[in-house]
Amino acid sequence: MLRIHNLTTEFPTRRGAVRAVEEMSLSLQRGQIMGLVGESGCGKSVTLLSILRLVARPGRIISGSIHFEGRDILSMAPAEVRRIRGADIAMVFQDPLTTLNPVFRVGEQIRESLRVHRIGTGRTSRREERETVLSLMKEVGIPSPESRYWQYPHEFSGGMQQRALIAIALACRPKLLLADEPTTALDVTIQAQILELLSRINSERGTAILFVTHDLAVASEFCHWISVMYAGRIVEQGPVDEVIADPLHPYTEGLLRSIPRLVKPRRRLSPIPGDVPDLIGLTNRCSFESRCDRRMPECAERPVSLVDVGGGRHVRCILYE
Amino acid sequence: MKCDDYILRVEGLKKHFVLRRSLLTKILTRERDCTVRAVDGVDLVIRRGETLGLVGESGCGKSTLGRTILKLYEPTEGKILFRGEDIAGWRGKQMDLFRRSAQIIFQNPYASLNPRKTVRDILSVPLLKRGVKDPKEREEEMVTLLEKVGLKPWHIDSYPHQFSGGQRQRIGFARALAMKPEFIVCDEPVSSLDVSVQAQILNLLSDLQQEMSLTYLFIAHDLSVVYHVSDRVAVMYLGRIVETAPTEALFEDPKHPYTRALLSAIPSVDRETRRKRQILEGVVPSSIDPPSGCPFHTRCPQAFTECRLCAPRSVEVDSGHHVACHLYV
Ligand SMILES: Nc1ncnc2c1ncn2[C@@H]1O[C@H](COP(=O)(O)OP(=O)(O)O)[C@@H](O)[C@H]1O
Ligand SMILES: Nc1ncnc2c1ncn2[C@@H]1O[C@H](COP(=O)(O)OP(=O)(O)O)[C@@H](O)[C@H]1O
Ligand code: SF4
Ligand SMILES: [Mg+2]
Ligand SMILES: [Mg+2]
Repeated sequence: MLRIHNLTTEFPTRRGAVRAVEEMSLSLQRGQIMGLVGESGCGKSVTLLSILRLVARPGRIISGSIHFEGRDILSMAPAEVRRIRGADIAMVFQDPLTTLNPVFRVGEQIRESLRVHRIGTGRTSRREERETVLSLMKEVGIPSPESRYWQYPHEFSGGMQQRALIAIALACRPKLLLADEPTTALDVTIQAQILELLSRINSERGTAILFVTHDLAVASEFCHWISVMYAGRIVEQGPVDEVIADPLHPYTEGLLRSIPRLVKPRRRLSPIPGDVPDLIGLTNRCSFESRCDRRMPECAERPVSLVDVGGGRHVRCILYE
Repeated sequence: MKCDDYILRVEGLKKHFVLRRSLLTKILTRERDCTVRAVDGVDLVIRRGETLGLVGESGCGKSTLGRTILKLYEPTEGKILFRGEDIAGWRGKQMDLFRRSAQIIFQNPYASLNPRKTVRDILSVPLLKRGVKDPKEREEEMVTLLEKVGLKPWHIDSYPHQFSGGQRQRIGFARALAMKPEFIVCDEPVSSLDVSVQAQILNLLSDLQQEMSLTYLFIAHDLSVVYHVSDRVAVMYLGRIVETAPTEALFEDPKHPYTRALLSAIPSVDRETRRKRQILEGVVPSSIDPPSGCPFHTRCPQAFTECRLCAPRSVEVDSGHHVACHLYV
């Protein structure tokens, strides 16, 4: 359904080009949930924006292809991309207030998104539209939709705003939902509610989800597959349970050793030394080399690529080449 | 309990904020002055040398409690005992001593450091306050402090923006430690850090605690982090502590219905530690007009008549395990 191949997105800056996403390859089947996991600044959001061709200038996509249902989004006419955006692929952001307009009633905003994407598919009456909106609000778990319809975004709690955003995204029955840290700003109990809602949408509607998160625990519970990103590149990819149980890349391993786990006995954490690199002037060598506890002289000498190690798993590390 | 068992003890502590509306607002919207009951009757003991975790959802009053304990906010009601003495009447020298012994570290290391000051300037302030007048002595102590928090001596002339988030948090620690405190309120100290750096800081906190016999009140919303660092955990809901217990007891056998729901929502990479989700209905009520009786009764799946009528007292259900819930009286 979605096949990204060798995507590279760059931001020119005074200090040099920032390769926010480099040689990204990823594919997503119908009905699947893929987690895109990594620490801040590793290129997760830029990946999603690239898919919708929404990368802000002066950023630009340098190379690669993004096939959605067989057609390359990167070579489509702008009008066509606009049609796909929202109609086939919808996006949910971390901060609902970047999408919700504070001066319009929530119900009307959901109705608006129904209308925008219905152009050319026949007329519907205001009442029918309102009915559809109410049933959407109900589906995403907004209580008493009839009165909530007329409220403004600020009258909604954070969790409810996120639900409204999901309703807007679902209004056009997208086949693919891009979710950028939709639960990061929420409390755990509300996060659990939203993840349950997204799971239900995925299983009932068959909507595929590309789910961006920095939280390995959330990804491991919610996703079917994960792609671990480091400094703009995917370093490991595979079925989630296998990656978690048996991480191959030293970075994935390091992440799993860094997170406090709920197991007994409680042990001292083994942090990854050093800091996340800045994305300027990275070479095609392994960018994790300086922090890696398994590095060899070779790591700094030759390029490393994402290799298929079987069983649907991919790793970018010289140890597996 | 003997007074030397605990470093700090609070009884019936309340902190209310009065939100004043302008006359115009009052006339136009008919809104009146209202009171935010941010901390609404907290009893708590913090033992010497321990880490007490404080958890609860955003807005439940964790930061307010942390600040009121340090007298950064004037308590509305209740007592704060430091090393067994009521600090209410403390002024001058006594208060200075308290201000030195009890420090706070914040979530956002960037906001809490002046961008125009070098590390030297930042660390000089507490050292001077402590009376380290000799410049050479001060310099030496700064270098020791930097090394203690895992920074290099040459960092002394750098500005905050030249550091990463984790390093800034280290500067924040150095500044707090410069006062030679006994007790530190850590208010979400790792919440804005990436996991790989978060782990470094958590280890640093535990090393410093060992080395300098510090006592921590560790505030966080990430329950896995709290599980990892705390000796005991207190769970807060709408301005009150609903359950306190030794960490492992709390996570293995949570008693309060709110704690149960909260713990069930923790995402985990380990299958065997995942619990059956108990999704809570409804929203957290406002602390301006909290529910009568048990503050949790509007969302509690087990609430009964009693719960709406009167607030449950805290009872000890197991050694050191306290619960405020009518199911356990
Ligand atoms: N508009 C921009 N201008 C310059 N650099 C940018 C811009 N947007 C993102 N970047 C850079 O691209 C990298 C990836 O960013 P992003 O995808 O937002 O990371 P995250 O994984 O946290 O979502 C970062 O290093 C960031 O500095
Ligand atoms: N200075 C203040 N003035 C008015 N209300 C406040 C102030 N500080 C906190 N509050 C309110 O008190 C409640 C508790 O806030 P806080 O202690 O920050 O919670 P937490 O740290 O658990 O997220 C919230 O409803 C908040 O809006
Ligand atoms: S390629 Fe080398 S440096 Fe990179 S992760 Fe693998 S072992 Fe480490
Ligand atoms: Mg992002
Ligand atoms: Mg707080």
